[in-house]
Amino acid sequence: MNDYEDKVRDEGFSLALLQEGDPEEFSRLVDAYSNKIYRLALKMLIQQQDAEDVLQETFLKAYRGLKKFDGRSKVSTWLFRIATNEALMVLRRKHPDFVSIDEPVDSEEGEQEPIQIVDWCCLPENEFLSEESREKLDIAVERLPESLRVVFLLRDINDLSTHETAEVLGLSETAVKTRLSRARLRLREELSTYYGDRVAVLREAQPHQTKATSNKNLEILILRSKGVKEND
Amino acid sequence: MTETEKKHEHNKCRQLLGTLSEYVDGELSEDLCQVLEHHMENCEDCRVVVDTLRKTVNIYHMTAETEVLPSDIRQRLYKSLNIEKYSG
Repeated sequence: MNDYEDKVRDEGFSLALLQEGDPEEFSRLVDAYSNKIYRLALKMLIQQQDAEDVLQETFLKAYRGLKKFDGRSKVSTWLFRIATNEALMVLRRKHPDFVSIDEPVDSEEGEQEPIQIVDWCCLPENEFLSEESREKLDIAVERLPESLRVVFLLRDINDLSTHETAEVLGLSETAVKTRLSRARLRLREELSTYYGDRVAVLREAQPHQTKATSNKNLEILILRSKGVKEND
Repeated sequence: MTETEKKHEHNKCRQLLGTLSEYVDGELSEDLCQVLEHHMENCEDCRVVVDTLRKTVNIYHMTAETEVLPSDIRQRLYKSLNIEKYSG
């Protein structure tokens, strides 16, 4: 067994079986990564049909290409590279003026200086899981420039390491860290506008109270949402 | 200018902005960690930015875990790959 086979085995698959075209082993690979690949494609392309096409094309290409899989990266990293390239191709087809992710990040995509300074971490957990909140989360991601969005999706949504993300995108690890930082700061800014308003709405629910009392009531609200009684 | 739209103009804050993402991941070097934490002792704005940045990342992690592949799309995928009998 060579190093490459060892690597694939560490991920829970047999490279020999995959390269022989064993359907059961291949279906295990599909089962392990289809969720993440669809999520990546959907958040890159927005349209469900486009995401489904990318999902199918990724695994068709993987099936055909497994014999030539060189094992220099993990199978999952290789799959995400195929999926990312497929999704970028769709984007380029639909938006011919699309900027390549290989190009240096220009000043327009630079560091987002924080403007919204409001602490909304204290909101009740159910605020973050509401339908409206999920929509805001998706819209904030959609607004990111492609070069930042793809890095954010691989790192924070699909949980790849900095090294793996760099491999998928053919970027340096420093570039991945810089783009992730910029993406997160932009998202924080967008979310602060929405969640900051939610904090204000909850505070305004007690208009005649002092700020300290209002804060106390917000704390009680949080405790209630966690199922804790006030006297605990 | 409202309280929530206060411009965050302090020079030190701007210098440290690029370190916040690595800080919330726990990957910032010890030296820079100390510099940032020392700065945050006297800078409420940066503390809020760090807390809300960490929360931003957490919320996305949390919601991503609940998003699953719709079953009809999964079925069509297995069919297109000719592995329906393993679709469970």
